[in-house]
Amino acid sequence: MEALQNKAKELLAASAVKVVIGYGKGTGESRRPIFVRAAERAGDLVVDTACTQNLATYLTKAEVRALGRIAIVAIPSTLRSILQLAAEKQLREENVLALAIVDGGVRELATFDAIEEAVATIPDAIGEADQKMIDKLTAMSVGERRAFWADELGRCVKCYACRSSCPMCYCERCTMDCNRPQWIPVASHAIGNLEYHMVRAMHLAGRCVECGTCGAACPVGIPVHLLTFFAEQTVRRQFGQKGGASAKLDYAMSTFKPDDKETFIR
Amino acid sequence: MSERYTITETSVGSFLQAMTASGRRVLGPKLVAGRIEIADINTFADVVQNGQSVVSAKGVVFPKVERLLKYRFEGKNIALEDVEPQAQPTVLFGLRPCEARAFHALDVVFNWDSKDKFFNTRMANTTVVGLSCTQADESCFCTSLGSRPDDTQGSDILLSPLKAGGFVAEVLTDKGKALVALAKDTFQPLADDAALVPPATVAPAFDAKALQQELAAMFDSPLWAEQSLRCLGCGACAFVCPTCVCFDIQDEADTKQGQRLRAWDSCGMRIFTLHASGHNPRDKQSQRWRQRVYHKFAYYPERLGTLGCVGCGKCSRACPVDMNLKQHLAQVAEAASQG
Repeated sequence: MEALQNKAKELLAASAVKVVIGYGKGTGESRRPIFVRAAERAGDLVVDTACTQNLATYLTKAEVRALGRIAIVAIPSTLRSILQLAAEKQLREENVLALAIVDGGVRELATFDAIEEAVATIPDAIGEADQKMIDKLTAMSVGERRAFWADELGRCVKCYACRSSCPMCYCERCTMDCNRPQWIPVASHAIGNLEYHMVRAMHLAGRCVECGTCGAACPVGIPVHLLTFFAEQTVRRQFGQKGGASAKLDYAMSTFKPDDKETFIR
Repeated sequence: MSERYTITETSVGSFLQAMTASGRRVLGPKLVAGRIEIADINTFADVVQNGQSVVSAKGVVFPKVERLLKYRFEGKNIALEDVEPQAQPTVLFGLRPCEARAFHALDVVFNWDSKDKFFNTRMANTTVVGLSCTQADESCFCTSLGSRPDDTQGSDILLSPLKAGGFVAEVLTDKGKALVALAKDTFQPLADDAALVPPATVAPAFDAKALQQELAAMFDSPLWAEQSLRCLGCGACAFVCPTCVCFDIQDEADTKQGQRLRAWDSCGMRIFTLHASGHNPRDKQSQRWRQRVYHKFAYYPERLGTLGCVGCGKCSRACPVDMNLKQHLAQVAEAASQG
């Protein structure tokens, strides 16, 4: 923790960055995103196992970008998000510095290549409980699966906390907000909820960095991250491409290659 | 003048049965898959006595989606069809006093000029049995708003736990009396020496009346941008809130027929104020955050004579980035006092 605080202090004092996005003390024992803009506030930064939220969401937020060059405290999923945002031309290398938390220490990763190298050494692992649920859902009949999601999504109030907390949901005008025509019903009824979550999962297929921040953000505990995890795994299986692995890629879902598998056509 | 009785925990069970037998739906804070939800209460054991439900009980009188009317296209004419509100007689049992008070903040909006028949019909069919809090957490701030964890406002009956077990039942309204009449035998006269479990301690963090005055001079404060930098602009706070009343009107139609719906909306979302021209008077998150605070703590008291917040803290607990309203308001009050 001290290493990170010192690094942040040094960067801010030298004006190498204008803001350090990191974790600070939140309500009770929780952690919350904080924006450190002065060297003397570097001591507010916290690193521990409670820091699980993917802060990369803020990298595309206009108000945050306006502050200037950003250093961001990065857990593995944050690093993957940076690469994916780079691949999608949403991030310039010179505007972001990753402060990767590795083995209790801090590693400064200033280039996408360095981040790519670091990411390659991190085993991509979704939680055991999440994988178990995906396996369980996959083994279900279509009817059972439909009933599971109808029940879960029945609690959805369409607050869009999942969309807002997702680093890959950066669209300035989300399909959900387009009303000429209104593609997806606004109201939080069964169809409105189902269509929203299906569209979001499809849009994240091959782009999801599997941070699970959307599921953690859901106030009513819907495991929405399982939808994007499943979509992500499907693309990986079909096209051998995964979200957040490289800053340079031709996105599988919008790139045709003659040797693409077509086994999904039945 | 209210009537006061005692009721044992076992008798609460009989009281609940009498409510159900009378055709009433009984809902209250209940543990469902590790979360407190407002759900069907069948026995006294179902009632979670402390802690806040994630989503408020406002959906009982103001559902997240409701149909206001239906229409059919008949040649060149449109045939309108009224929809009557579905309002099953409902008892909200064991509701937190802050939530019980919240219905007033909804009422003043739904009866501001036109009288909303959907809200009013549901409200008329709802009886609130509050339950005094004996525990609170860091997000609670009812006492900063002139209330307290055993406030009677908004409850038709308020239960307060007794040290010896059971509750004091304070019957506050005619609706409360009608409910008691369903199982009069379950209530005993209040003994003189009945000792209550002390209500939860909630230290005041600011003074809402002073805050209202202070906000008048703080519209251009840099604090709004500072506080809202981490805000993601979702609607979690508004949708769990017991007093947030903003809604969207949506027509869902095909070439033959349609329906008009009312659905919850949130001022935290960018498109909330987006004009058809493309202009957005609240283009930045800081402006939307400020609006949320001003609406509840300045505009509501100015125009409607009541606060638009009850201090339940549900917004703070539901926020994915820990926007703690109590802390933020205390910070505003502090900034104001420093000029």
